[in-house]
Amino acid sequence: MSKDKLMKPQKPVGIVGYGAYVPRYRLPASEVARMWTGGSGGVPIQEKAVNGLDEDVVTMSIEAARNALKRARINPQDSRAVWVGSESHPYAVKPSSTIVAEAIGAVPHTQAADWEFACKAGTEAMQAAIAFVGSGMAQYALSIGMDTAQGRPGDALEYTAAAGGAALLIGPAAEAVALIHGSYSFVTDTPDFWRRAHANYPSHGDRFTGEPAYFKHIMGAAQALMEAVGRTPADYQWAVFHQPNAKFPQRVAKMLGFAPEQIAPGLLSPRIGNTYSGSTMIGLTAILDVAEPGDRILMVSYGSGAGSDAFDLEVTERLLAVRHLAPSTETYISRRTVIDYATYTRFRDKLKMS
Amino acid sequence: MEVSRHWRLQTQRYSLVGETCDTCGVKLFPPRDVCLECEAPAKELYTFTGVGEIFSYTTIYEAPAGFEHTTPYMIALIKLEEGPLVTAQLTDVDQEEVYVGMPVEMVTRKLRTEGEEGVIIYGYKFRPAVETAVQ
Ligand SMILES: [Zn+2]
Repeated sequence: MSKDKLMKPQKPVGIVGYGAYVPRYRLPASEVARMWTGGSGGVPIQEKAVNGLDEDVVTMSIEAARNALKRARINPQDSRAVWVGSESHPYAVKPSSTIVAEAIGAVPHTQAADWEFACKAGTEAMQAAIAFVGSGMAQYALSIGMDTAQGRPGDALEYTAAAGGAALLIGPAAEAVALIHGSYSFVTDTPDFWRRAHANYPSHGDRFTGEPAYFKHIMGAAQALMEAVGRTPADYQWAVFHQPNAKFPQRVAKMLGFAPEQIAPGLLSPRIGNTYSGSTMIGLTAILDVAEPGDRILMVSYGSGAGSDAFDLEVTERLLAVRHLAPSTETYISRRTVIDYATYTRFRDKLKMS
Repeated sequence: MEVSRHWRLQTQRYSLVGETCDTCGVKLFPPRDVCLECEAPAKELYTFTGVGEIFSYTTIYEAPAGFEHTTPYMIALIKLEEGPLVTAQLTDVDQEEVYVGMPVEMVTRKLRTEGEEGVIIYGYKFRPAVETAVQ
């Protein structure tokens, strides 16, 4: 049954350029614990990436997109779509994507739109880009997953809600650094996490965050995709799953039958936190920074509400020729300046000025 | 400044788009439409690489309206690799590490917002070149 539901375009497509972005600042989880628990108890990650005062989803998307274009070596005017997936778009009404498209030089003969679906907005944009290119409607389409996530002060999410993401330029398979053999989506109505209009911080249904939400949807999408393409975990060199914390992706990998080494290069949450729409995609860019031609990669996102998109990828020779044309994901992660909780509250606009 | 003025300047401001002189090849920023070297008309648009170095710098503690929330911040005169000097804010940098000749690169950042409900103004700033910053 899952074979018929494999999402595979008529024309072969792939990722022709990729770019990451992580802001410079890091808030150690121990700082959050110091503030709210007196430093007692365990923490879900080491530290999370925090955007500076002059950064938002638009500026971060612009930098990731520029990196993707450097590797793809195409004229930005040839990209017929610029799509930004996020749950922290700076405007409630006015697309982030038009500003990004203008800044990278893709306007005016292009599509532009913002996508939303909690943490999987970026991979939805990626699937749409695959369809745009795979149907022949476009030569290239740019998909971005980027967030500056917020957690309520003192809430469990405050340890992990982070800033960062990645841009993936989809184009013809002949120019790909990684072929996309197909994708698979798995969605249900699950109330695990939400934010109402005008609310500053999200809410979450505690009982729902684990088994019926994250694990059920990732397992559902991953297993159906592997069945549809006729592969098992052993056929993949690498795998990357959405990373709300350090524990969940490691556990879902084990449940599916992947070894710790297979997810190691893409497991970034311990060092940058949960970058929401950016999480799975930036995990993939970190894998592309170290992968070899012929490597197969399984990528599975998760978005609350809830659903997962799974992708089957295969690295090509071309990756080796373009990898060095933009900063690696590790370069951004290593560029770190630790801040304290006071600086964090200023950067995240939590201080009342009047 | 009214919204329409920002809108007219945005290409130049988002991605450092200037002009190049057809006659002598000089690169101009900001765009002036007349070459500063040979006075020929310069109309060809040119997107600068954004690579340059710090020529001089200062720190602002008392900011003009719209920039109060970001003090202290640094302003520098940047010498672009194509030649022109441009004044811009520095970002992602600590005051102690800045020096004349420091390699920098252009990034597009939020410059300021027009109050709580107005538009967000984006534009170029410069930061220490990322590839050298982590070594
Ligand atoms: Zn001239």
